Amino acid sequence: MTVIVIAVIVTALMFDFTNGFHDTANAMATSIATGALRPKVAVVLAGVLNLIGAFLSVAVAKTISSGLVDEAKITPVVIFGGLVGAILWNLLTWLLGMPSSSSHALFGGLIGATWVAAGASAIKFASVVSKVLLPLVLSPIVAGIVALAATYFAYRIATRGEEGTITKGFRLSQIVSASMVALAHGTNDAQKTMGVITLTLITVGLLPADAGPPLWVIATCGLAIALGTSLGGWRIIQTMGKRISEIQSPQGFAAETSSAAVILTSAHLGFALSTTQVCTGAIFGAGAGRKLAGVRWGVAGRMALAWLLTLPSAAIVGALAAWVASAGTLGTIVVAVVAVAIAAGIYILSRRQPVNAENVNDVPEAAPVAVGV
Amino acid sequence: MHIAWGSLGVVFVVSFGAAVAVVVLVTVALVGLSSRVQPSSPDARPAAFSSSTGTALAAICLAAAAAIVLYGLWVIVSA
Repeated sequence: MTVIVIAVIVTALMFDFTNGFHDTANAMATSIATGALRPKVAVVLAGVLNLIGAFLSVAVAKTISSGLVDEAKITPVVIFGGLVGAILWNLLTWLLGMPSSSSHALFGGLIGATWVAAGASAIKFASVVSKVLLPLVLSPIVAGIVALAATYFAYRIATRGEEGTITKGFRLSQIVSASMVALAHGTNDAQKTMGVITLTLITVGLLPADAGPPLWVIATCGLAIALGTSLGGWRIIQTMGKRISEIQSPQGFAAETSSAAVILTSAHLGFALSTTQVCTGAIFGAGAGRKLAGVRWGVAGRMALAWLLTLPSAAIVGALAAWVASAGTLGTIVVAVVAVAIAAGIYILSRRQPVNAENVNDVPEAAPVAVGV
Repeated sequence: MHIAWGSLGVVFVVSFGAAVAVVVLVTVALVGLSSRVQPSSPDARPAAFSSSTGTALAAICLAAAAAIVLYGLWVIVSA
């Protein structure tokens, strides 16, 4: 194995790790916010389900870029650059507590890296619109409407019941709904990294052309995403559980059930939607389903901005990384060292205002931002 | 650019139906189970059902919700 292949495998696993802790919030944010699960129990449960999910699904992603770039132009250097761009964007958005799509970060990194390596003609801009931009806009709308309706009915019907039974019942139900989201996540997201590593091994001839992922690839990818998930991206969990709206257990259950339903149907009925955007939209919908004014729409604006910036930002970093790494082994090492230094810097910045299992639910009762502000 | 509005519509209708069905079934089940506990205060609303009717209704609704969830699980595993 050459240096670049080892670099790709290591960065792919690191990306998988950031993917995990970035997305813990998707499944667990509202369960933690409503007290359905204790914070540490929630993230470990999500981690275990992601690990199981990694082994469950056999449909490994056959393409790295989902047809966004000319796959024939993808080399290990391009993949390495793309992964570095995706990792750094994931870390930055984590520092800011923003839920952003790890897939979009990966696509962005690969697009930037391909642009440098093979020119703009290798990028399929029409696919970027139909496979990234369109799902980005539609996912939160679809999930939001579903969650809004589900929440509305839940509150209408629940008024006829006894409060203690209702609250306890919804908390128990939330454990099931959150687990479904975590499991669905594991079957999808660990596959992406397995696909990246497997295709890299195929391009350099270490695996035959139609090979599936070897067991060590499945195991390391599953472990990397599970480890990341169970560390908990507490900053993002706090944003989604507490800063969008004050979430009660019926809303948490409605949001998670809607997320699970939308993720599963979109994955199996052919219109791919983005997991992070679906889960975020569902929380907004559930917030609005109880009380429209209870949703902090200013947070929505900042998230929308982060989502729009994800692909271009990761593309710029990916392009820079691929450009330097294409100089050879020394360039690859330089990129790796610089990336590790930036990651360490982001980690040190995060220590100034740490968010962890103890203080994740401590958000001051800020007055909700008025609609339209 | 081609947008598959049809399949988006199917995704929307199916996920809407499944999510609303599960949430409504679970909520009705919880209302049914509420009939088993004494009202917390004298002026609380009386239970919507008698204890046995409520329990039976809850069992049916939870079984139906569980069936939908199991189908979802099967969809995940068989993918």
